[in-house]
Order: sequence, then C-alpha cells, then structure tokens
Amino acid sequence: MAMVASPGKRIRNRLAIAAVLVVTLIFLAPIYWIGSTAFKPRDQATSVPPTVFFTPETTAFVKLFTKRVQLRQPVEPETYAAAPWWEQRIFDGGERVLRVKGEVQLSAYPSRFMNSLIVAITSTVLAVGMGTLTAYGFSRFRVPAENDWLFFILSTRMLPPVVVAIPMFLMYRAIGLTDSHLGLIILYTAFNLSFSVWLMKGFMDEIPKEYEEAALVDGYTRMQAFWKIVLPEAVTGIAATAVFCFIIAWNEYAFALIMTNRRAQTAPPFIPAQVGSGLTDWTTIAAGTFLFLLPVAIFTFALRHHLLRGVTFGAIRK
Amino acid sequence: MANIGLRGIEKYFGANYVIRQLNLEIADGEFVVLLGPSGCGKTTTLRAIAGLEEIDSGLITIDERPVQDLPPGERDIAFVFQLFALYPHLTAFENIAFPLRATGETRAEIERKVKDVAASLRIEPLLAKRPSALSGGDLQRVAIGRALVRRPKALLMDEPIGALDAKLREDMRAELKRLHIENGTTSVYVTHDQVEAMSLADRVAVMNDGVLQQVGTPSEVYLHPVNLFVAQFVGSPVMNIVPAEIRPDGAETAVAIGGGPAFAFPGELAARLGAALPAGHELVVGVRPEAVRVAREAAPGLRPVEAHFIEPLGAYDIVDLKVGERLIKARTPSGFVRRPGEAVWARLDVPQVHFFDATSGDVLKLEPAHG
Repeated sequence: MAMVASPGKRIRNRLAIAAVLVVTLIFLAPIYWIGSTAFKPRDQATSVPPTVFFTPETTAFVKLFTKRVQLRQPVEPETYAAAPWWEQRIFDGGERVLRVKGEVQLSAYPSRFMNSLIVAITSTVLAVGMGTLTAYGFSRFRVPAENDWLFFILSTRMLPPVVVAIPMFLMYRAIGLTDSHLGLIILYTAFNLSFSVWLMKGFMDEIPKEYEEAALVDGYTRMQAFWKIVLPEAVTGIAATAVFCFIIAWNEYAFALIMTNRRAQTAPPFIPAQVGSGLTDWTTIAAGTFLFLLPVAIFTFALRHHLLRGVTFGAIRK
Repeated sequence: MANIGLRGIEKYFGANYVIRQLNLEIADGEFVVLLGPSGCGKTTTLRAIAGLEEIDSGLITIDERPVQDLPPGERDIAFVFQLFALYPHLTAFENIAFPLRATGETRAEIERKVKDVAASLRIEPLLAKRPSALSGGDLQRVAIGRALVRRPKALLMDEPIGALDAKLREDMRAELKRLHIENGTTSVYVTHDQVEAMSLADRVAVMNDGVLQQVGTPSEVYLHPVNLFVAQFVGSPVMNIVPAEIRPDGAETAVAIGGGPAFAFPGELAARLGAALPAGHELVVGVRPEAVRVAREAAPGLRPVEAHFIEPLGAYDIVDLKVGERLIKARTPSGFVRRPGEAVWARLDVPQVHFFDATSGDVLKLEPAHG
C-alpha cells in the first residue's frame, strides 16, 4: 500500500530538505573557497569583491611543488618556447624554476605532505590495532578494577594538549625524539589510543561473546577465534575508529608545530608558515590546503558504508 | 560418544556460591535435562562441562577422562547456544563447516559431512544463505547442524529453542527428540520449561539455588518429588500445597484442610506422619490438581466443597475449589462444573497425596509405623 502523505507532512518534508540544503551549502562554502582560490589567477585571488567566474589555471600547483627564483631579465623567447607547459606558467609570473645540474628543485611541500601521510597512517594503524586488542580484553575478560583502568585511559585526554606540549617537548629533546617521524607517531598513537579503546570497546561489547565461545568449543584457539570471528564482525567499528583517528592525526597542529621544524614536519604547520611577512601568495597556500584536504576526503569516502553503519551501530536492535 | 561425570562441582561468582557440591553421572547416550528457574546455576553447570566456565573445585570427566583443566576445544563436545551464535558473515554452509576447518579436514570431506548433516536436518536448500536470511527455526537447525557435524562425544544445549515462538518450539522439540534417537549422542540440555524437560529427557535433574534437588526420570520427578521445590516447579498447573491438620479418627486418619471438612485417610497414616515429622515442624499437604477428584453427587468419602473459579483450558478445566478457608485446584473434564458457586463434592486420591515437612521442605518418607 502506498503511503499518502498528508499536506502537513509534505510541507515538513520540504522544509527539512531545504534545511539540509542550506546546511550543506554552509559547510561546503569554505571548501569551495579554498578550491576555487587554488585555481584562480594570482591577481584575482584576493580581489574584493571575490571573483566568481574566472579561467582556472594550475600555476599555483606548479609553484607549490617547485623552488623558484625571481627572473632578473625577461626570458629568451626560444627558452620559453622550449620549456614544458608548467615551466612556462612560472616564466609568466616573472620567475624561473630553480635547477641544480639540470634537476628541477622541489619545494618542501611534497616532503611535508609525505611526512603527514607517514605519521598519520602509521599512528592510525597502531592506535586502532592496539585499541582493538585492548578493547577486546576489556570487553571479554574480567579485568581487575576495569572501570578505573578505563577511566584512567580516558583521563589521558582530559588535559588540553597545549598544556602538556612544553613538558613533552623537553622530554622529547632529552631523548632525541624531536623532529623525528617516530616521535610524532608515538605521540599521535598515544593520543588516539584512549579514543580508540573507548570506541572499540563499544563495538566489541556489541559482538555477542557466544560467537567466540562457539568457535572455542569447535576447537579453535582464542587467537584464531579473534581473527576468524571477532575481527570480521568488528570491521565496521574498526573502519569508523580508523577514520576518526586518521582525521585527528592528519589535522594535528599544536604538537607538530612544537615538536618538528624540518625533517619530520607535517603539512599543518608547514602550510601557514608560507604566509610570509611580505607579499603572500594566497593561490599557492590555497593549492597546498586543497591537496591537504584530499587524503581525508578519499579515506572517508572509501569507508563511507562502514562509517554510516558504524556511527549508528548499537542504535538498531537486532 | 561418552559418559559425563560431575563430582563435587563448586563454582563461585565473586561472593555468589552458584554451584554447590554438585554430583551427577550422565550415561553414554543419555539425554539429561537440567531444569530449574533462571539463576539456579543450570547454565553455569552446562558451561562448566563445556569449559566455557572454570570451576573452583570438583572433577568433570568426559569418557572417564578428567577434563576440568582442558580448554573447550580439547573436550570434544559441541554446544548449541540459545541465540544460535551463527556467524553473520558466513553462509549456512560455512557455519556448519566451521568446526571441521579447525581440524583441517580435506575439502571433499567437509563437503560430504556438511551435506550429510544438512540432509538429516532437512536444510539443504538453505546452505548458500546467510543467517540474516533465515527464519528462527532454520537458524537453530543450522546451529544444531554445526554442533552435530563433528560427531562430538557430547552435545550440550543451552535453552536451544527458548527464543522461538510456541508453535515452532513444539516442532523443534519433536525434531530434537528424533535427532537424539537417530544419533544417540550423549546430550545435556538446559531449560526452565518443564514441558520441554518432561518430553525430551531420559532423566531430569532439577536445580535450585545452585543445589541439585532431584535427579530422576520425568515420571519419578513428577510422581515422587523429594521436596516442596521440585513438587511446585514440575507440573502445570502447580501442585496444591496447603497446611493440614492431622488427627486419628477411629479406624481412619482425618486430614483437615483450611479448617474445613476432613478427608479420610488410612488409619496408620497419623502414626507414620508422627514418626516422620520432627517435633515442632509444620506439616503441609501436596496434591496435584488431577488427584483432586470431583463429583456432582454425594457419596461415601466425598466432602462438600464450593467451586470458586473455573479456568477452561479446552481439553479439561481447572476448577478452584473452596475447601474450608483454602482454595485448591482440581482438574475436571471440561464443562464438568458448570458455574462458579456450584456446590460439588470432592475427595483426594490417597496414593497421590504427598506430605512435606514445611520447615525443611523435604517430603516425609512414610515408613510403616513400628509395632
């Protein structure tokens, strides 16, 4: 039987859709702003009022990835003609790409971006992995003073990170972990672990313990039961936890700013550092920011099915 | 297949003493039902046999081999859970094959064994489906298939049909009985449903508060309960338990209920009760509704009573009779007592009347009086 909606219900539905549209637009506006600025010509990037229609160009991205110097004199027409398309964009801006022995010199951005990937992925894998095992332990075994332990684990997140940043920095300097990937990975893992334990404990509690007991009776060891039964059942929770941990590690700014400056610096402290005291090239910063948004978007999009089930997990009675 | 022995089992949950010195021998091929109210320790006992619960003291043997320190997987038993515990991410086939994969059997062997057990459970068409696509009864059939496929020494079942609706429960009960007769696997079955217990069991073990109350065939437990708990837990509607006043009355013994008319019992009863009941203890009479005989006409031995309330149950009626100050339930042919308030006649069927020590709860064993 088809549902016949009453006029009141229809109006409410339309209002709800309109509200969702408005909220979506508000949320997407900054992303559109950054995305469009990255593709704008430099002189239009900061124009007031902002230009809405423009011819998109990739100059900002070329600048983002290369080291450049100012041209002292106009480039020779034949050099210009022989240069690849991206180098021509640089010449257009009155600069040239810095080459050492013919090799194009890359800017620091790719390596910072790489650092972000290394640190965020490794710490996410560690935090989710350890968190899953810990949560399983808390969920399945009688742990003495279980609630005290869980509270203790949560309490590690109660201080604002900035409060512990300076002491952490001094400790890190003493043991030589400043400006190292390992240092940041340890820090982010520790940071995310409490979150991961709590979230995964919720998911683990939802998995009936009879599943493993059935496997135990059938001749599997607890470890095998964990791998064959618990993990496949927990995939949704693991995906949701991984997305949250990845976002936190990927976006982390304060510790990265204090603990790193070169070798292990991640993208968040690097991007605003390009805002110089002189002329700021907003298109390049926008390009860097735009690329920085992509991994989280891709990761979240890839896990969206799990994520939707994950955040509503436990809300649905089976 | 194997026998199972439980000797001096004790189990604490913190300060709770949940299994108290439990002794039970289960013969090879026997179907034993652990029956009791929730929280009586029956499920804990079953889980202890499986190794899912550690015991604090005692000895558990399967096939005469002590197993209390072995992990569940090494006890060679199978367990059927109330909520089926089928793995949602695996098909019915894979669920049934799961125990076989633990022992590393060949693919062909697994295929053959799963098909065999599926055929005996009549679930072959369902093998490709996932649990989410199966009905309650089929879920439990698959779960039983997973338990039987390995041909375990014993099959342990924890309220396996408790989650199903009434009609389905009846079908599954018959099916479990058939499977037991076909396979002859030693089975231990936990339930709080006495109908299930009576219909399935070779022997029923009634538990309460962690204590094994009585072990016996269904009819032994029904006809000769050892104490008030068993008397009232087994049987529906429950046995009438009423205080009674006993006095010798010439050649007979008068048993007066609720200050009402006295029913006539054999003359030696008063002396035997006097010998069996410790001084100062109260006495109560237990009589099942079907042992209360109702007539519409007066006759020798019948006492006048009043029908108070009639519960028609189709095949028979349960009539509450007002006997003195007390109500006792009687089972009559349907429509036998026509309306509440009707004056009828009743007597108690002497061999089916039980006398209990109300203080200790134990049944009084009525030895012939001395001399």
